[in-house]
This record gives sequence, C-alpha cells and structure tokens, in this order.
Amino acid sequence: MRYISNTPAQQREMLEIIGASSIEDLLVRIPPKARLSRPLALPPAMAEMDLVRHLRRLSAENAGADDYACFLGGGAYDHAVPSPINHLVSRGEFFTAYTPYQPEASQGTLRTIYEYQSMIAELCGMEVANASIYDGASSLAEAVLMAHAVTGRDGIVLSRSVNPLYHQVVETYCEGPNLRLRSAPLADGLTDPDALRKIVTGATAGVVVQYPNFFGCLDDVKAVAEIAHAVGALLIVVADPVNLGLLTPPGALGADIVVGEGQGLGVPLSFGGPNLGVFATRQDLVRRMPGRLAGATVDVDGARGFVLTLQTREQHIRREKATSNICTNVALCALMATIYLAIMGRRGLRRVGELSVAKAHYAAAEFAKVPGVRLRFGAPFFKEFTLQLPKSPERVVRRLMKHKILGGVPLKAFDRQYKDCLLVAVTEKRTRDEIDAYAAALAAAVA
Amino acid sequence: MPRARPAYDKLIFELSSPGRFAYSLPECDVPEGDPAALLPKAHLRETPPALPEVSEVDVIRHYSRLSLMNYGVDTHVYPLGSCTMKYNPKINEDMARLAGFARLHPLTPEGASQGALRLMHELSRDLAEISGMDEVSLQPAAGAQGELTGVLMIRAYHLARGERRSKVLIPDSAHGTNPASTALAGYSVVQLKSDDNGEVDLGDLERHLDADVAAFMITQPNTLGLFESRIHQITEQCHARGVQVYMDGANFNAILGITRPGDLGFDVCHFNLHKTFTTPHGGGGPGAGPVGIKSHLAPFLPAPVVVADGKGFRLDWSRPQSIGKLQAFWGNFGMLVRAYAYIRTMGPDGLRSVSENAVLNANYVLRRLEAHYDRSAPGPCMHECVLSARRQKRLGITATDIAKRLLDLGFYAPSVYFPLIVEEALMIEPTETESKEALDEFCDAMIQIAREAESNPQVIKDAPVTTPVRRLDQTLAARQPRLRWTPGVRP
Repeated sequence: MRYISNTPAQQREMLEIIGASSIEDLLVRIPPKARLSRPLALPPAMAEMDLVRHLRRLSAENAGADDYACFLGGGAYDHAVPSPINHLVSRGEFFTAYTPYQPEASQGTLRTIYEYQSMIAELCGMEVANASIYDGASSLAEAVLMAHAVTGRDGIVLSRSVNPLYHQVVETYCEGPNLRLRSAPLADGLTDPDALRKIVTGATAGVVVQYPNFFGCLDDVKAVAEIAHAVGALLIVVADPVNLGLLTPPGALGADIVVGEGQGLGVPLSFGGPNLGVFATRQDLVRRMPGRLAGATVDVDGARGFVLTLQTREQHIRREKATSNICTNVALCALMATIYLAIMGRRGLRRVGELSVAKAHYAAAEFAKVPGVRLRFGAPFFKEFTLQLPKSPERVVRRLMKHKILGGVPLKAFDRQYKDCLLVAVTEKRTRDEIDAYAAALAAAVA
Repeated sequence: MPRARPAYDKLIFELSSPGRFAYSLPECDVPEGDPAALLPKAHLRETPPALPEVSEVDVIRHYSRLSLMNYGVDTHVYPLGSCTMKYNPKINEDMARLAGFARLHPLTPEGASQGALRLMHELSRDLAEISGMDEVSLQPAAGAQGELTGVLMIRAYHLARGERRSKVLIPDSAHGTNPASTALAGYSVVQLKSDDNGEVDLGDLERHLDADVAAFMITQPNTLGLFESRIHQITEQCHARGVQVYMDGANFNAILGITRPGDLGFDVCHFNLHKTFTTPHGGGGPGAGPVGIKSHLAPFLPAPVVVADGKGFRLDWSRPQSIGKLQAFWGNFGMLVRAYAYIRTMGPDGLRSVSENAVLNANYVLRRLEAHYDRSAPGPCMHECVLSARRQKRLGITATDIAKRLLDLGFYAPSVYFPLIVEEALMIEPTETESKEALDEFCDAMIQIAREAESNPQVIKDAPVTTPVRRLDQTLAARQPRLRWTPGVRP
C-alpha cells in the first residue's frame, strides 16, 4: 500500500517481536459491538493519474482568476503572488514541520515567525504582533474577546463599515461570553460619528471600524478613536495589511488592536481558505493577547536564538483560563506573507498600493460614465468601490462572465438596502484593457 | 545522521541594503496621478514601512538556509505524540495548486464554482461515512475551532429544548484545547479524574452527571493511546441524563475503518485533517477541523452548508437555528482538496490499512522500549504509546533531557509532559508511514539514551550540540520579551 512502508514480511516480523499473532490481537480493547463489520462505503482507491484526471475535471468547473479578469473583493483579493513564495514554502523542512515545541530543531520556523511579527507590527503601526490567527474574521473575534478581557466590560460596538461576514463570526464568538453586540450606522458609506457617540457608553469594551471599509471607503479612524477612548473603550481596527504600504498605519490613528486578513500578502485565493489572520496590539496588552508569540533569547553558549514565549497565556498551559483556545494557527500562510513582504520591501509594497489606487480610480471613473451607473458613495475610497446599477447586479455579473470578467460582488446577499449595488475591487494586477473591456461590457449589460 | 551546525545567524532585516529590491511590477497603464490627489493626505502614510530592501537571490538564500534549521517529516522521523506527523503526499500539493482551486475567489458565483462545491460536498459525505456521523461541517479552521463549533452546537441544542445547562465534564488527561474551547463557549469546566489506566472512571462519571451537565468531552482513543473499551456504557450513561457526548478526534488515525464514533454513541466529533488526512502541518498550521454531528444537531450547523439539489451544488444560508459562522468564508478549502485527494488515493481498504499499521508501529515501539522506560498502562496500545521517564528522572535525567538528546541523534522528539497525568511523559506516535527500519533506528536511539542515563548522563544534559542553537533560555525570553526586530537593535 502506497505511503505505508512495511512489507507483509516485516509486519509478520514485528508481530512476532510484539508477541501477537495478528494485528487483530492488538485491537482487543475494542469490543466486538464497537467494530465496523463492513468496509467503509467509499469509492475504491484511485491511481495517481486517475486522481489527477478527476481533480483536473473538478478544477476546470470553476471560474478561476487565471481565466477571468477578477474584480472580486469583499475580503479576498487577486493580488500578484511572486514566484519565490511557492518554491520556498514548498520546502519540506518548512512544510512538514509542526509547532516549534523543540526550538533547537525549529529555528527556521521560529525565525520566520519573528520576522513576520516584526513586519506586521511595523505595517500596522503597533508595538507587537502575534504569530497569526486563522483568518481576518476570527482575528477580529479574538480581538473583541480581548477587549472584553482587558476592560472587564460586555459591550461591543461594530460599525456597519465592517465586513458583514466578519460581523457574523464575531456574533458566534460572543455567544459564550454573552457579550452584547451593537451596530453603528453609516452615513454615505462612512461610520457616522454622531450616531456612534450615542451608542458608545461606559459599558463599551471595544469599538470596531474597518479601514478601508467593506464598501471601499476610508473612514475617519481618528474620530472613531476619540469616541472610543473618551469612554475608556479599546479601538479595534480591521485593516488589510497589503494596503498599509501606502495608507496611514492604524496605530498612528489611535488603534489599540489591529486585525485583518493578510491573504493579499502572497496567500492563494483558494476559495477563501486557508487565509491569514493578522493580529497586532500595544506592548502593555501583550499578556492578554491570543495566539503564539516568538521571542528572541540566547542559548547556553550565548548564541542568539528564538523560542515560543509568554506561553502561560495559552491553552496547553492555562487550559480553561487561557486567553484563547487557539492552538494550530496558520504558520505557513504567515511564512508566505513574510516572504512576500521581504520581496516587496519598503518601496514595492507602496507601489502595489499606488497601482491599485490608480487603477481603481480609473475604473471607477470609466464605469461611472456608463449611463445609469453611478458610484453609490461620495467618500474617498482606496482599491474597492461600490457601484449602483440600473439593472440587477446578479444579472450584470452573469453578463460580464460571458466576457471572462468576474465583475464584482452583488451586495443584496449582505444587506437588502444595497440590492442594486455591486462591490468592485481593482488590484495592481488589473490592466487598462481589462478595465476598458469591463466598461464596454457593463454598458451593454445595463443598456 | 545528525548534521553539522550551520553557521547562519541572520534575520532578513540584517541583509537589507538601501536601494536593493526583489519585486517586479508593471508600468502603470492608466493615468496615474499623485496618490495625494486621489486620496486625502491624512490617509497617506508619512514614512515608508521599515521593511527590508533585499534582492530575490537574498530572499531565496535566506529562507532556504532558515529551512535547513528545521526538522520536518520530509527529513526526520517526527514521533510527536498526538500530532500524527505522517508523510504528506506530494500529489496532494499538486492538486491543491490546480488553478481552478488555488485561484478561485470565494465570492465567485455558485454556478461558476461547481467543482469546488462538489468537492466539498463529497468530502463531507466521505467524512460522515468514515465517522458514522450524519452530517459534517467543513468550516472550522483547526481542531480547536472545531471544538468550539461542536460545543456551541450542543449549547444551541440544549437551549432550543429550553434547558440551560452550565457545565461540561472533561477528563484530566484531555488536550488543553478541550477546556479552553469549552470555556469560550460559556461553560464551566469540571475535570474528571482518570483511573489508573487513564480510562474514564465510570463511578466518578456517574457522580458528576447531573441535570446541569451539557456535555462530556473525551478523546477516543484516549491520550494514553488506549481505546476506552466501555465506551457504549459511557455514552449510554450520558444520554440517560440528557448529556451530549463529544469526541475529540485528534486520535482518529487509530480507528479508520475499524470503528466509528457515530456507532459508539458520540453526538459530535471533530477531525484534524492535518493529522489523520495528511494535510501538512506547515510549522504550525494551517490545519482544518471539520465537525461531524448526529442529525439532532443538524439545525445548528454553521452556515452556510454546502447542499446538493437536482441542479447542482450551492451554499445554503437559510439556517435560522445555525450557531453562525466561524470564519469569513467556507473553510480551509486548500486543506480540503488535499484531504479529498488522500481519501480518494487510499480508498476504503487503504484507510483501514493506515490505522492497522499505525497501531502495529506503535506497539512495536512500545515492545522494544518497555524494558528501558516505564509504561504508562498495561496491554497493547492503539496508534501511540505513552512512556514515562520516571526511572531516568531518578538518575537526574528528565523527559526534556531525553527529547534534546534525540535531536542530536537525528530524530525529532516525542511530545513531552503530556498527558499531564503521566509523570515525565514521553508520548510517541510513530504513524503508519514509518518503516520498521526507521522505527528500529529510533528505538535504538531511545535505548542508547536510557543506557547513557546510567553510564554517561552528562552527554544527555549537554544535548543538543548538533542543532543550530543549543538549549535556549526560556526564562529570559519570557521575562524580557523581545518580540520584534527594531532598526539598529540586535535582538
């Protein structure tokens, strides 16, 4: 059997040494009544070439971003992935290792985590970042729980500017600790400070705002920070780190915790997972932080080395009193992001932002020239914007598919008041030709 | 053979040279303009982030060198108990990288992602068959999130019946995630004592089962590597009191095709696809933690659920009693592709053979080492064995010392000090993918260490000496946390 090394002769030899006559003898503790008396009802084993044929067929049924010009966003983005990433993360020494429980034999992983923490903290404008959480949404949920733990308060205020899918995940995580969740409304695509001020109270543990927000617009984070801090609540900012080469880091705007989806940093789209939950905070809150942390230290000879540290926060030590239940996180995705950021460097990441902004603004201007099509909000936006269409967005999306364009995310499923809206993302990968083709196809589709 | 210590001690930041770069980006093909003209100045970063400036060659060489400072399954026997560090087939990687999977956006219209949805639907049916459960959610990102999902479903079930139960029972031998996930779901945790064999003490269980208990959460086989043989009694006893029974599936590699949690009376179980189903551990994830449930819990499944109707596959969001979502999208799809490829490669006989050989290998190691280390329980084990170094401890050699010496001898270490109920625990899980030859080499090394403990303990206490660094000062790291690189400061 493939992937099983022992031959039948070796199996017999091993049984003899064990003193058993068959493998059945080793299963004596499983009572007969507990045994499955038939083979599992699964398809028979496939040879490699048959498996490849089968999976290629399934793969071909999907409209991937190689075959379509992808203008989809809403929390996952078609940013370019430099070639070295896949080559390096495929090295078995990274790929097939586990959590660095034995640091002396895991310095490769530990160093990359340390580099990752450094880069993420720097981008977010925060003092410390952890080794990663599952994805942006669960990172936000962890941040909300942390705000509750830090302040001892039960109220959480989420701006409607936050991705509704994230909102749903936060709701799930708030069920156990029984936190009270309130939504703050928007005014023209931005968090409304006056409305927010009425909702945020002395019982508020954390205020959450997304930057740029779900609709693509740039909220006034500083104003939200002032409202949160005035009552002693923490400000949690959801940010996409790939934008932070160009955008003001949330730390400089008053964030106490920055979370976000790091998929744009070289992680494949992969139908939404695995992703990369980014989590950064202030140094004085580090002992309340969820997730793993790598730290620098020295070995017995005084040589520099790295270990997992502050583990007394974690479940394997603290059990039910841990800051989080997280164990396995997404180290390999964090490694992809680390390599991505090393490749992009201080200038490249800024350039990714500049190109995305330029192309998004060109696209928005071209699309808004189509009769009946307008930008839904007047606020400044970054690489994503919301169109209002004169025809059903679902129908327009289907028409665009015929031109090999994934035209955007219809917002009806997220919020019925935006049922005539389409969320469009433009990364540095989109070309003028693709944008012009989109504009032409859009004009035909709404005519 | 142990390798020589590579003399590499750089962080990527320390390779930085102003003006060097590795990126390749196109000229802007639209009217560019100044970002400051498109965006208000307040939104623009004042100074560029302090990221490294390195060439592509720098990047390749740096991370290749760092990789050489790791042990992995591809390079070493990795007998880390409870983690199932088996071989990760390369074809799975090729399949997960097919463009229609790897380059598929999660919000692609359903009609244009039928292949992905079909794969998810088939995988959930396969896992249901393997576990004897009725339905499986693929959404949880890892085992711990699977636990949270399962316990939240149990909570929703009780609440839907108008019952406010407040406690969950968990044995003292459990993984730390069990109490942590349970507490996160709003329950208080009551720890049950295991009996001398690490099994559930039925009398103690009976005493704790009251109308306030929502669930009993156990690992099967348990963390001592033993099958709980009275499992039917346990599940019946719990069900008689309206208590749901949760199985931590960390040890699923022992039971494929042999027995099924659903048939044992479990109401919920999670899978760790990165353990049993060969998705790579990646240095600490990503994993995937699907959850199987019996039909009475189906209304509470995380939304959306992948369903098949006559026309194809779709995401069903209309789940009014759902516990909600666990991550933004549908699950760690890339890991699901790998697990699917593995199940299709193995087929039903292959999967059963996996568990049989995992059990055979663990018992072989147990047999070869039992004269040299204390056993934690009598009789045959399942897929892993737990030994105690209490004999060596009397000679001044701890489980940690043994782990470090193994690194010098060319092996990753077993899990140590877990389960907590075994003194100086060494938890060894060889997995089915190791050959007898590899196991013999590992056992020889363990026996050598047992002898060294008597004859030459210093060589163990000095270990490791062949790794890139020697024993590290954990106390210093925790007392003076240095958690990031800062320009001009050498950490």
